[in-house]
Amino acid sequence: MASSTFSPLSARPHDPALDEIIKLAIMAVGGQGGGVLTNWIEDCARANGYAVQATSVAGVAQRTGATIYYMEMAPARERPAVFSLLPAAGDVDILVAAEMMEAGRAIMRGFVTPDRTTLIASSHRALAVSEKTVPGDGIADSEEVVAAAEVAAQRFIAFDMEKIAVDAGSMISASLFGALAGSGALPFDRASFEQAIRASGRGVEASLRAFAAGFEGAAQGRIETPKPASTGRTAADRPSGPEKLIAEWNALSQRAAALPAPVRDMALTGLRAVVDYQDLAYGRQYLDRVEQVLAEDDPARDYELTREAAKYIAKAMAYDDVFRIADIKTRGSRFERVRQEIRPAEGAQMRLTEFMHPRAEEIVGMMPRFLGRWLSSRDGAMRMIDKLVNRGRRLRTDRLLPFGQLYVLGGLRTFRRGTLRHAIETEHLESWLAKALTYRRVDYQLGVETLRNRRLVKGYSDTHARGLSKFDRVMDGVALLAGRDDAAHWCRLLREAALADEKGEQLEGALKTVRSFAGQSETALQN
Amino acid sequence: MAERSFAKEVRKLKLGEGETFTGEGILALTKALLEAGVGYVGGYQGAPISHLMDVLADAEEILTELGVRYEANASEAAAAAMLAASVHYPIRGAVTFKGPVGVNVASDALANLASSGVTGGALVIIGEDYGEGSSIMQERSHAFAMKSQMWLLDPRPNLPSIVQSVQQGFELSEASNTPVMLTVRIRSCHVTGSFAARDNKRPPFTVKDALANPRSDYARVVLPPMSYIQEHDKIDNRWPAALKHIREHKLNEVFGPADGPVGIVLQGGMYNGVIRALQRLGLADIHGDTDIPLYVLNVTYPLVPDEFFEFCEGKSAVLVVEEGQPEFIEQAFGAALYKSGRTIALHGKDMLPMAGEYTGQVMLDGIEAFLKKAAPEILPARLRAPNSEQKPALPDLSKTVPMRPPGFCTGCPERPIFAAIKLTEMERGKHQIAGDIGCHLFASLPPFEIGGSTMGYGLGPASNAAFDGGGEKRSISILGDGGFWHNGLSSSIGNAVYNKSDGVIVIVDNFYSAATGGQDILSSRADNPSKATGHPITDAVKGVGVKWVRQIDRTYDVPKMRKILDEALTTDHVGPKVIVASSECMLNRQRREKPLMAKAIKEGRRVEKPRFGIDEDVCTGDHACIRLSGCPSLSLKKLDDPLRDDPIASIDQSCVGCGNCGEVADAAVLCPSFYRADVVHNPGKLERLFGDYRTRIITWLQQRRSRGRLEFSRT
Repeated sequence: MASSTFSPLSARPHDPALDEIIKLAIMAVGGQGGGVLTNWIEDCARANGYAVQATSVAGVAQRTGATIYYMEMAPARERPAVFSLLPAAGDVDILVAAEMMEAGRAIMRGFVTPDRTTLIASSHRALAVSEKTVPGDGIADSEEVVAAAEVAAQRFIAFDMEKIAVDAGSMISASLFGALAGSGALPFDRASFEQAIRASGRGVEASLRAFAAGFEGAAQGRIETPKPASTGRTAADRPSGPEKLIAEWNALSQRAAALPAPVRDMALTGLRAVVDYQDLAYGRQYLDRVEQVLAEDDPARDYELTREAAKYIAKAMAYDDVFRIADIKTRGSRFERVRQEIRPAEGAQMRLTEFMHPRAEEIVGMMPRFLGRWLSSRDGAMRMIDKLVNRGRRLRTDRLLPFGQLYVLGGLRTFRRGTLRHAIETEHLESWLAKALTYRRVDYQLGVETLRNRRLVKGYSDTHARGLSKFDRVMDGVALLAGRDDAAHWCRLLREAALADEKGEQLEGALKTVRSFAGQSETALQN
Repeated sequence: MAERSFAKEVRKLKLGEGETFTGEGILALTKALLEAGVGYVGGYQGAPISHLMDVLADAEEILTELGVRYEANASEAAAAAMLAASVHYPIRGAVTFKGPVGVNVASDALANLASSGVTGGALVIIGEDYGEGSSIMQERSHAFAMKSQMWLLDPRPNLPSIVQSVQQGFELSEASNTPVMLTVRIRSCHVTGSFAARDNKRPPFTVKDALANPRSDYARVVLPPMSYIQEHDKIDNRWPAALKHIREHKLNEVFGPADGPVGIVLQGGMYNGVIRALQRLGLADIHGDTDIPLYVLNVTYPLVPDEFFEFCEGKSAVLVVEEGQPEFIEQAFGAALYKSGRTIALHGKDMLPMAGEYTGQVMLDGIEAFLKKAAPEILPARLRAPNSEQKPALPDLSKTVPMRPPGFCTGCPERPIFAAIKLTEMERGKHQIAGDIGCHLFASLPPFEIGGSTMGYGLGPASNAAFDGGGEKRSISILGDGGFWHNGLSSSIGNAVYNKSDGVIVIVDNFYSAATGGQDILSSRADNPSKATGHPITDAVKGVGVKWVRQIDRTYDVPKMRKILDEALTTDHVGPKVIVASSECMLNRQRREKPLMAKAIKEGRRVEKPRFGIDEDVCTGDHACIRLSGCPSLSLKKLDDPLRDDPIASIDQSCVGCGNCGEVADAAVLCPSFYRADVVHNPGKLERLFGDYRTRIITWLQQRRSRGRLEFSRT
């Protein structure tokens, strides 16, 4: 109830000192060194005659989870200022995000507002578990965060501070500190920031290097669009090998280059993959198949069907078998790549251990087709082979004998065409391709989507079997749909559902839906 | 050795009169204890006061110099029981643990202590784990203070106030013969600031003095009829003494004008939040000088009705700012106002939410709502009018930004244990699994999703007791080494032995109380100068009568782990099946080994450093390995290859080479993509010679094959 007995107080004039409080929040992932960064900022501010209060949450939040550090500072006065212990939405001046999605989280929580907030974010990604476990591509879209940041922040600085820190041999805390200094958001000079690093006394030189790189980036006001982490390596356009074969390759690649423009690049990529996988004859066979699809394609559709076929036929032909693995693992280029990745120091030696776990299926798959089929139809024989081979094998490929074993296996690929596995893979490929072409005649887009379903087949052993079963279930669903206007749309939905989780629960749900409206009706095609 | 060392910071504990202390809340608390002449200290670690235990441990030398006994108690109950020393002897004692879960554990001892009453000041410093960053159920320790009649301090969250409240707490305790709880919230524990130091004080009567002059008095023993007398003593003597002391020494504070039309009553811990809201409303300046009268309860129990009535005098309405529920303070003041026939309007949980942390926005909204209703003329004009500010429309990120709960660290030795359990479940079907408190509880989250409940520290196996009789599939329970020594040995293992449990118990032994910050415990392997370590869990388990015990000394051996699990799930042994899975916490191991390794490499000694990698041409991007790992260093990368749709797995620089990836890929028959690269720094002469020789032959073979065929190498 409002009082009427008291004279209304006139609100005191706004205290201008309040505007001098700088409110700074750091959103990080546990283990990124947010505590170190907080200490540096505190020391720097105190050295500049500021009163500072910092708070943090120590506890399980720091075990790789999202965590927040918060501090307030103001020029020191005779009487202490009262600072808040936690950030408030709409009341943060500087937001330092040590990872792109943490920047997104800060925006979601209202800590980034256009009237006041300088957002300094590292554009790199530390993927959350939920993004990584999806069988398909579950990586969150950084572009959405960037778009939001551009609206939400008064100033926005973003670049890969993790990389520049690692390049400098330091931690991201140092490059973030540099970016904070370089942004000019704090009224302190560069030397006082660097002094804080020096005073902390550990890894000073590396930290200062990372600091400098961060400083430059922020001083330029850099905004880099985050790119998904990539290996940065691409397959060579031109092969290495004997001249005679290269001449043949040139001729063959001419054939691919003669394909319609929208198909050309993909077909060349596919051709390289299958030739690298087997030989030039295999490449010819690949182009035969692509051209077979092309003959049924529609130029008005921009050859989408052939393009997808060029991609997925190559993948289907270059299936992963024992020969392939052994071949890859023993190549010189692979040894070079491992060296690049591990970067052993000068004078250091590197040992290499491979983790193999062959099962009877792989062994039988390597056998000549008839022998393989005969054996695999006998449970007892399979059990015996399994008993002999099925166990984890660690092969030291830097040693001669284990290397030699894999090297010989890799060399056996010349016999691949005669193996059971090849027969199975070829059969699967041809039936899938035939089905896609059949659908295409009724519904162009459904033909395209059917080709794309091949994406579901991947992985090894159980994972591979699960992929195949998902592929079959999706194809069964498609069979129910063929002939409907929305068949292609539903085919895509089924595939996406299949890629969303491991067990295929979402796929089961999607199939249920499909059956509910398409199950009983007569479909145009039954195969 | 704890995860965080305060060896450097504890030097600040030696500061004396005229010097200024600058640092963290927990360090300030320790300093305050020394300035107050404390005679013994102890406690049990747990966020947010883990670091207080670490500070005490690192300060043991300083404590001993002053004649102060430091005890790293086995549990909160043990810590609270230690306060018994203040029952008969005029010694100040302080223990610390987290609230309210630590208080739950301690409540037996605390209730007895409160009934007996104390002679020397007894202080329980509680890190109240409530709000953002908390790892436990959201409750209040306040209820314990009320039920056992202990006084509850909740000082303003700045260093001078916290330090002062330690001194005040001891004085209040001694003046009213009652133990006192001092609450510090999550952020107060680590808030930084400064205060004027005073000299440390040697306890005038030490624990050694007590041993030399033992005392006892059966009037203090909690037995009838003394227990009845003690209850009356609480009400007739200790309570009035406390009220008198609180008023006379002005433990509660009043700020702002004497004649405001409305006022705010608040817990001390809420002070900074309330001031910030008033600052944002234009009703307070930077120093906290406010236009709204504030009655700050640095003592939230007992409440002093007369003091409250005085504050209400001349006001038409007051707002009670009380975080958490139920709203004990508001109820008490409401009842007091009603009984005294006053008509002043009392607001609280009608303006502020009943549940949840009082964050900046919540506080601002609540106080603004109160003022709009009770005294709108006080608010600046722009606030009285409806908010017309246009906020820019932001894209909705709620579907984009992923949740990021805490999880196992890179290389954590617990990961392979749960990978093995997950693989076992894939083969044998889902089992009834109970979790416990500790890092291993992260297994209940994706990607493992193992364990569906947690009933308290050391209670994992006990919480499966209903299934002890067995059935088609055996129950499994998880227990950490921290929980094992805290309470698990008797409540979980002893219970299972006595009841002939059919269940399987997996004890996760990582050599530390890891989740709380890597403190040593009985079974730690490290040499601790002042504590006895190196007591194997298996010995203890066998000692209480477990016959089926299996010890695993390298948890990363997933096939072995699976084999033993299989054995435990199928054996016809009667009684509990206990598996002790031991490997050192990787966080602590790295902290220990990394500098040593760097030094050895620098000095030219031979060092092997393992790291894992993935062959990008072999990985098909199905991420099955990640679903059995979740390791932060095992992530995804896009391949610049138009033939690939899905990102492939990739291992980054942070890999510590624990081996889990390779083990799991092998045990689950995943794929041959993983490789381990052991970099041998400073190899021996012969080793180098053979290595070069081997490399030459291998390179020759590789080149020979390349020369004969077409290759498109990825570079």
